[in-house]
Amino acid sequence: MLRLKNNFSIEHDIAGCGLCGIINIKKIRTNGEDIKKAIALEHDRGNGLGGGFAVYGCYPEYSELYAFHVMYDDLAAKEATEEYFKNNFIIEKQESIPIFKTSKINDHPILHRYFMKPKSDREDRLFSELKDDDFVVKSVMLINSDYDGAYVFSSGKNMGAFKGVGYPEDIADFYMLDNVEGYMWTAHNRFPTNTPGWWGGAHPFTLLDWSIVHNGEISSYGINKRYLEMFKYNLALKTDTEVIAYILDLLIRKHGLPVEMAMNVLAAPFYQTIDKMEPEQKELYTALRQIYGSALLNGPFAIIFGYPDGMVALNDRIKLRPLVAGTKGDFTYIASEESSIREICSSPDVVWSPKAGEPIIIRTVKTNAKTAINTENISQKQRLIIS
Amino acid sequence: MTTDGNTKTGGMISGSMLVIDAKDMHYKELNKIIRESILSGVKNILLENVNGQYYIGDGIKGDDITITVNGVPGNDLGVFMDGPSIIVNNNVQDNIGNTMNAGKITVNGDAGDVIGYGMRGGRIYIRGNAGYRIGIHMKGYNEQIPVIIIGGKVGSFFGEYMAGGVMVLLSLDNSEESVGEYFGVGMHGGAIYLKQKIDFSKYSKEVEFLEANDSDMSFLKKYLLEYAKDFNLPPEDLTRGPFYKIVPSSARPYAHLYTSAAF
Repeated sequence: MLRLKNNFSIEHDIAGCGLCGIINIKKIRTNGEDIKKAIALEHDRGNGLGGGFAVYGCYPEYSELYAFHVMYDDLAAKEATEEYFKNNFIIEKQESIPIFKTSKINDHPILHRYFMKPKSDREDRLFSELKDDDFVVKSVMLINSDYDGAYVFSSGKNMGAFKGVGYPEDIADFYMLDNVEGYMWTAHNRFPTNTPGWWGGAHPFTLLDWSIVHNGEISSYGINKRYLEMFKYNLALKTDTEVIAYILDLLIRKHGLPVEMAMNVLAAPFYQTIDKMEPEQKELYTALRQIYGSALLNGPFAIIFGYPDGMVALNDRIKLRPLVAGTKGDFTYIASEESSIREICSSPDVVWSPKAGEPIIIRTVKTNAKTAINTENISQKQRLIIS
Repeated sequence: MTTDGNTKTGGMISGSMLVIDAKDMHYKELNKIIRESILSGVKNILLENVNGQYYIGDGIKGDDITITVNGVPGNDLGVFMDGPSIIVNNNVQDNIGNTMNAGKITVNGDAGDVIGYGMRGGRIYIRGNAGYRIGIHMKGYNEQIPVIIIGGKVGSFFGEYMAGGVMVLLSLDNSEESVGEYFGVGMHGGAIYLKQKIDFSKYSKEVEFLEANDSDMSFLKKYLLEYAKDFNLPPEDLTRGPFYKIVPSSARPYAHLYTSAAF
């Protein structure tokens, strides 16, 4: 019997996986066919125990509402969770997440989505003044840890995660992602090596509008977890990737760090590199390391981080996992393998690999902006182009 | 895959060359066709529309076999290869020439990370740039000297734990930063030749820096001329010195890691 609550006796998860991301910087939306093709090329990087997608721009008609995607083991879990929703949220719309029953994905939880906003007169207002975002985070943490058989797997605005146990191309068919449109997509093909594959353990991991797909292993999971718990994040999923999503929520949303600086916390420069910096920079990076030492990620990783205004690709500081980027016009592609990019873009304008620990940040621009992606400024540009 | 002509191998014989359309073909099937073709006497194989197939040429033997690849081949191209030549007309991904024993891989584009891992013979020539950990654990074996030549620049950990063989970094694009950090870290055998000096702070503590002498140059010359021919470059530009030579300062760099240096 399928069980969502992850009661497996594990410390955390170690995985070797495949990643892809596509962004159109002018926010032109495309359906899920390209991302499916790209991640399907990396089929052999996974083992069928987890596949998933995050898409941004998929709910423009509800862009002001939090879109909750929730998995349930059974109707009792659904009823209990919906009781909580009804008491605390104004639910504008709710429905089953559309799925297509395929022979490849034959065992799945109840999948439901809710478009809603926190009530202004909700009960917690009696004793706290949480902003809407904070209340949503609190609700996600509460449901994921205390509501047996229920798991919120996305909670952002105008974005959503679609994931489960299976190969990503089958998960894409299951959720009929050819009917879903977005300006940014990320995808993950999972190869869990230490833990069972379960629906909640598939990537991406999301919180509010943040999403993470990850290949590698966060060896610093323990210290990151304890650090996050001080800020009331509840690590319920026992999967290392979860810490990255919450660290970024803490750094970017709560502490107001720019995205680039947050990345420099995750993959902080080595002290020997900091020693060579100009005084002002040196002071900044020393301070970041001192303040956020417990948010540093150790171990091999390649991640793609999605947020409403862009996409970030980041490697660990000594590049122990593959990551390649390519651009074509207004599109930027990120993948674990160059062939994955070429599968959907046979002649990219530029193909390059990021340097260890140096993020590639692709930001969206205004629709009428003249310039496409400025590849002149890609400091990491490494590669020749052979079309 | 074209089924005209030789249906047994699943490819098309064009002149003396077997042409295989690898579009959407899984690596298992592709490698099976390659192996069966070689067994049946095919010497020249052209792979069209390759994209991401792993292990191409895995363990194949035969000095007179040539495989030409159009498209970006997947990881571990030429793994355990023992004699044949592979020519790639595009970029390559990671781990090419893994534990290769003999033969040659020629790449007209750029290469990913961990090229020539544990390589113990043969040559890998890259026209463009290469990524991290090039030549990691590379070693010689009896009379065999594996050689890697990179035309452009490379990432960090160049020659990491290198135990034997030769690597040459040409830095043909003359960029200021042609190597990353931790150059030759853990190196305890073999030699690295540079056509362009690099910042001394990049070198690991385990290596020494020399100017290449006449016997170094006469050793390098035949490889450099072959490289120039393969990529249609002016040979005199490549062989003109001075070259610099990086060698390990000790065959056992960590001999005193846990004991006092006095021992």
